Amino acid sequence: MQKTYYDPADLKKFGKITEWNEELGNKFFDYYAKVFEEGKLTAREKSLIALAVAHTEQCPYCIDAYTQDGLQRGITKEEMMEALHVGAAIKGGATLVHGVQMMNKVNKLEM
Amino acid sequence: MIKSLHQRNSELAKSNRQLEILSNGIFQNGDLPKFKDKIAETGQFPLKAKKLEILQINVGYMCNQVCEHCHVDAGPDRKEIMTRDTMRQCLEVIKNTGAHTLDLTGGAPEMNPDFRWFVEEAAKAGIKDFIVRSNLTIIRANKKYYDLPDFFKKHNVHVISSMPHWTKGKTDKQRGNGVFDKSIKALQELNAVGYGMPDSDLRLDLVYNPSGAFLPGNQASMEKDFKKALLDDFDINFHNLFTITNLPIARFLDYLIASENYEDYMYALVEAYNPAAVKNVMCTNTLSISWDGFLYDCDFNQMLDLPVNSKVKHISEYNEELLEGRTIMISQHCYGCTAGAGSSCQGSVT
Repeated sequence: MQKTYYDPADLKKFGKITEWNEELGNKFFDYYAKVFEEGKLTAREKSLIALAVAHTEQCPYCIDAYTQDGLQRGITKEEMMEALHVGAAIKGGATLVHGVQMMNKVNKLEM
Repeated sequence: MIKSLHQRNSELAKSNRQLEILSNGIFQNGDLPKFKDKIAETGQFPLKAKKLEILQINVGYMCNQVCEHCHVDAGPDRKEIMTRDTMRQCLEVIKNTGAHTLDLTGGAPEMNPDFRWFVEEAAKAGIKDFIVRSNLTIIRANKKYYDLPDFFKKHNVHVISSMPHWTKGKTDKQRGNGVFDKSIKALQELNAVGYGMPDSDLRLDLVYNPSGAFLPGNQASMEKDFKKALLDDFDINFHNLFTITNLPIARFLDYLIASENYEDYMYALVEAYNPAAVKNVMCTNTLSISWDGFLYDCDFNQMLDLPVNSKVKHISEYNEELLEGRTIMISQHCYGCTAGAGSSCQGSVT
């Protein structure tokens, strides 16, 4: 039995998900490829967004893939870290903003 | 400054050790296919030389820099320098060649004491594209080199220079402390005499090598980013950017092994293998001449001591007709030229 849930080699097998549902798998990969094409946003900007989201989603495959992708595009480590802080700020903000819900509840229930 | 493999007495200073590493391990146990078998899948083995287009001459391995990724293992300690006698033999070839491009490389070619004489003589042959690969910092290394921009201009030389990034950190990490600032100054001086300016006939192109164990990105996108950053930050213009994949030989191989990236890098190269790039690999239209006049299919094969597979081995017995159609010498380092959009001394090949 493998000792960890995640295996770096599995990233290379991602394409195999089409084997169990070709139609939906292919639609997903077509969509994925289209999303990352140059558009109103550059492919470089999209790569940085993907890197930040990879971290907020805590997806090790995506972190591996988009760190390499960033290096290949000439993105600096300072730019990468800045993008991560955007993700971290939203993630932190998303936690804290729920504090308002907590406060509302406390205020409603307490005398 | 790091030391060359030769100065360190590293086992990788020996080309046969490099070839052993490239043929053993993952390529011997069948984890990855050998390059020969890979190109055979699409009927492209054996690879044959086509009509000669580019004559590349390495005038010596001496360099003022010791870049971490250098496939030549160049440095100040390297004493292999082309003599004027060998240059004379090269000039005979240059006068009679059918090649449209003459490409001088090194080391830092400018450090060869006969470099200027050679350029002056070679320029008389009137080859369409006369390239000198300058590392830029040599222009600022010593006042005897300060006039190089004017010298290049006088002989209408096409300057191609290495620049791994538009930021100091990445550049200095690969090429040594202080290289970025000197390179910027040299580029500004080249611009000042007209090199690289929009609409200028004085060609100035840059070469990008990744500063680590990863492949280069899309050439057109990177060129756009380089142009914007260098113009915005330093008021520098240049014409084209060539993205070149680092080949796993010499100091880059040493780096890959020391950083435990060798196997992953070879997997990345093989995964990115592009059969369409094989058709246009530079070894099929290029001939590389070493400092001592021997002939190779490319500068990488020169460093691996893989001479041309031909009766003609040396510039003294040069015969372009006999060299055409020769079988190209290959090993697993060749995956570097067929990954993604392909890679050559003139950048992507597809």
